Amino acid sequence: MTEEIRYTAEHEWVLVDGSVATIGITAYAAAALGDIVYLDLPAAGTEISGGTVVGEIESTKSVGELFAPVDGTVVEANQAVQDAPELVNSDPLGEGWLIKVEFSALPALLTADEYRTLTGE
Amino acid sequence: MTSDHRFSPLHDVHVAAGASFTDFAGWQMPVRYSSDLAEHHAVRSAAGLFDLSHMAEFRVSGSGAGAFLDHAFAGALSAIELGQAKYSLLLTAEGGIVDDVVVYRTGDEEFLVVANASNREPVAAALTERAADARGAGATFDLSDVSDETALVAVQGPRSRAILEASAGLSAPGLADLRYYRSIPADFRGAPVLLARTGYTGEDGFELYLHPSKASDLWEALAEAGASHDIVPAGLASRDTLRLEAGMPLYGHELGLDTFPQQAGLGRVPALTKPEFVGRDAVVAGPAADAPVLVGLVGEGRRAARAGYTVFAADGDDTDDGTADAPIGTITSGALSPTLGHPIALAYVDPRFAEAGTPVSVDIRGTRLTYRTTPLPFYRRKKD
Repeated sequence: MTEEIRYTAEHEWVLVDGSVATIGITAYAAAALGDIVYLDLPAAGTEISGGTVVGEIESTKSVGELFAPVDGTVVEANQAVQDAPELVNSDPLGEGWLIKVEFSALPALLTADEYRTLTGE
Repeated sequence: MTSDHRFSPLHDVHVAAGASFTDFAGWQMPVRYSSDLAEHHAVRSAAGLFDLSHMAEFRVSGSGAGAFLDHAFAGALSAIELGQAKYSLLLTAEGGIVDDVVVYRTGDEEFLVVANASNREPVAAALTERAADARGAGATFDLSDVSDETALVAVQGPRSRAILEASAGLSAPGLADLRYYRSIPADFRGAPVLLARTGYTGEDGFELYLHPSKASDLWEALAEAGASHDIVPAGLASRDTLRLEAGMPLYGHELGLDTFPQQAGLGRVPALTKPEFVGRDAVVAGPAADAPVLVGLVGEGRRAARAGYTVFAADGDDTDDGTADAPIGTITSGALSPTLGHPIALAYVDPRFAEAGTPVSVDIRGTRLTYRTTPLPFYRRKKD
């Protein structure tokens, strides 16, 4: 499955299933932020447009911004991570997903190899 | 990685432990090993092991050492007893703070001044200049920057003493009776150690100064002895949240060249009983009556006010002097307190809003959240 995950230069991952994209932040981004303690995610129904800031990811030390990787409508924000933000650190590509978006347009995204090149890992 | 980065003598140990690094005052230091929250909680409940080798140290020795320190620093340092440690301030003639330091009396005529890594150069410059003045007034002493020959390892947390007692190769007669803010000479495998019951976490703990060549061995011995006490290596991220909960100021955040001691709640640090020290006249004159003062703030929820955010009079605060909803101050440090579970912050505010319990509002990236001033510290350990 992970082969189908795509990435953005803003350190998000995008998994497309039909017309819905599940979006989270990468392990690299989670590790760089440190322990995540608070998430501000867009509610279901929110219209988002690619490249804009739609949420915040706060760690003990800093605040990260969540950029919308796609245009579309939020269909679900992950309640489990809002209740337990540490899921983003422990399982960023699994239980730590952030939002699901019904997208109207999907931009070009990075492959896993391209993303690894970007992060130098 | 560039050549102007400095590395701790423990750098390889940290790399092997999987640390993430941050630049701090030009040093590559561990920011966390795995989880800054876990490291924070370990210090509160068991023990944390810190590398603080980036700190700057100056040795002052000779018959005039005490007189020199009394001239150069705000506190009455010649009066401290052998082994005693004292928190002090290096002030400008204008009353601003060059650095905050801890001074240890390590001999009848010998002292160790421990300064912030970020202030090594300004402290060295001020001390050199003040040494010339003191010598001109007849004092005889030596002043040397011993930072490069001094490593510093701290063990902080309620299990600290048991860990030191169990550490192979560490000989510290008198440890059982060592009081807070006191130090003793100790020995680690033939190398002299200054072992002090001091720290910057609000928890019981110890700081061990020794030659960098022995730092790795000492670290390993402490880690090994601490394993059964749940010690964890702890980085600068947890050190910052620990000191914030303890209400301790951090230079560059709560203290600076434009801050009078009185504004920072440190009005009792300058010893006005001394007839003379650099900055005395300015401290006596004091800051302006309306100069901002340092306060603690507590909030609700989980969104932390952070350094640089603006503090406003609380919404609807019906002040009759036109201050309602006006900017009244700035956050200098803030985090979601790992121990308390709610946001805490330090801020400089208009003194009219400094009374404990005053509601204020903080602009958190466009959202106003209510905070309330509170006495410091936010967290105080239970004394046993």
